[in-house]
Amino acid sequence: MSQQTASVPLTISKEHVTTKKRSSQGSQQIQSIGAMVFLFIFVVYFLIPFFWLIVSSTKNAGDLFGSFGLWFAPTFNLGANLQQLFTYDNGIYLRWLGNTVLYAGVGAVTGTFLAAMAGFALAKYNFRGRTLIFSVILGAILVPGTALALPLYLLFSNVGLTNTYWAVLLPSMVSPFGVYLSRIYAAASVPDELLEAARIDGAGEFKAFTIALYLMRPALVTILLFQFVAIWNNYFLPLVMLSDEKFFPITVGLQTWNVTTGGANKFLYTLIIAGALVSSIPLLIGCGFLQRFWRGGLGTGSVKG
Amino acid sequence: MALESVTSLPPNSWSIRRRAFTPYLFLLPFGILFLLFFIVPIVYAVYESLFRSQRSGLGLGAATVTFNGLGNFADVIHDPNFYTSIGRVLLYGVVQVPVMLGLALVLALLLDSTVVRFKAFFRLAFFVPYAIPGIIAALLWGYLYDPALSPIVKGISALGLGTPDFLGVNSVLWSIANIATWAWTGYNMLIIFAALQAIPTEIYESARIDGSSGFHIAWNIKIPLVAPALVLTGIFSIIGTLQLFNEPQVLTAISNNIPSSFTPNLYAYYTAFGNNNYYYAATISVVLALVTCVLSFGFLRVTQRQAGV
Repeated sequence: MSQQTASVPLTISKEHVTTKKRSSQGSQQIQSIGAMVFLFIFVVYFLIPFFWLIVSSTKNAGDLFGSFGLWFAPTFNLGANLQQLFTYDNGIYLRWLGNTVLYAGVGAVTGTFLAAMAGFALAKYNFRGRTLIFSVILGAILVPGTALALPLYLLFSNVGLTNTYWAVLLPSMVSPFGVYLSRIYAAASVPDELLEAARIDGAGEFKAFTIALYLMRPALVTILLFQFVAIWNNYFLPLVMLSDEKFFPITVGLQTWNVTTGGANKFLYTLIIAGALVSSIPLLIGCGFLQRFWRGGLGTGSVKG
Repeated sequence: MALESVTSLPPNSWSIRRRAFTPYLFLLPFGILFLLFFIVPIVYAVYESLFRSQRSGLGLGAATVTFNGLGNFADVIHDPNFYTSIGRVLLYGVVQVPVMLGLALVLALLLDSTVVRFKAFFRLAFFVPYAIPGIIAALLWGYLYDPALSPIVKGISALGLGTPDFLGVNSVLWSIANIATWAWTGYNMLIIFAALQAIPTEIYESARIDGSSGFHIAWNIKIPLVAPALVLTGIFSIIGTLQLFNEPQVLTAISNNIPSSFTPNLYAYYTAFGNNNYYYAATISVVLALVTCVLSFGFLRVTQRQAGV
């Protein structure tokens, strides 16, 4: 382009450039308005169901069916709904909440730590079988989790582990995708020289690993939160494994309420809605944190408009 | 394997010898759990799929388990419930995956462009559905489809445009597609957006100075560079589509148009826990896993060839 304009008389090319700039500024503004309108339409699409959830959680059963769904009813019933939610059936919801925190918390922390160790070994050591092991783990990412749930149930029932906390916790600790991510990040962010220096200073291999962990922090937070969200949202595995409601996570619990809402149990609607809202809050906070973290981690160094 | 590599090292160097063991020790905790809860179930499912349980006579006696070879696989392949369910999720995937990824790509490109303001707000708003557990999203949309509750159904019929039936025989599949699109677009957008942010600005700064339009830069420079992220999201979406379970299972509570063999996974679940036919359910799981692997590897091959051209 610059070569072409060089052969054109200077005045013409200058004029050409200025008109082009003016028209592109105009079209830029139109583009900008069009883009903003497009984005706002999708903000409505993505937020309306959540808005409906918030509005509905403030209504009593009558208003839920009787009033307009997307605005608040005259009686503000959120407090009573929450109180009913937390006390219904001897506070079973709080127990489900606790179970979910236990499954997601312990599963994600342990899973991330194990994945970090495995990823670190695969990235930073040369050993026999390294490629084979990594290929098997990579292949495992493609195995659908639900295809595993049924055979896992059969295996666990053979050893009497179904209907226990372990039935959900143990499989949740395995994250092949986490190993894949931590291998990539360990290879990219942990310099070999640093590990060598640590070894020369007399640090053991595990000590060298803890230094690497420190450098892998951004990846570890990402893996931890992905894993946490995945376990928090998991439905199929606990559904298959558990039959006693005292071990249920929130997802399975709310769905068992959902299938019994008909007829005399219509009041359960308000409980499910309040329960759905409460169960979304921890993840919303977590995702807000993740966004801030990503903005810092990914945005630094790149200057973008 | 470990011993060989150790003995080939200088015998007097204890620290090097110890280091040869180290990677295996680091891999061990993950490896044990991976073996127990990933490899063993797969092997066990394949093993189970070779047997069947039979009741003799009137079906009153105890069931006997007999070896059935590949008989279950022949049954699954000829089972109309199974292949219609596979056909249904494939039809669903052919429509839903391109729509969702296309939307995710457009949103990511817009948030990466220079023409948009309030980017942080948009990013957060699009990401909210990811924070809602899938089962909750299904419950939520179920209420928005349920004629007794839905402000959408009530609003449309109040406008005199008839009463839409989101839970009908033909519409319920697309109502489920809408739930999945709502739930996962933001997540996919974020993966693509992260890839866009990783592109060094200098690569398209000169094109911008030359007066190339934002659309031109997006189409010719940005999209080819984020192709790997698109392939990744494509594979995850294909796997997710074939595993479809949560949304149809939740909607069965309010719709009569979701049979127990609506999706392959639903069929496997009801075969195991409704009919107590674990052997047949294991076979369905194995065949489904095979179909998933073939499709995701096939997708990978095709997209890699495209990228290579």
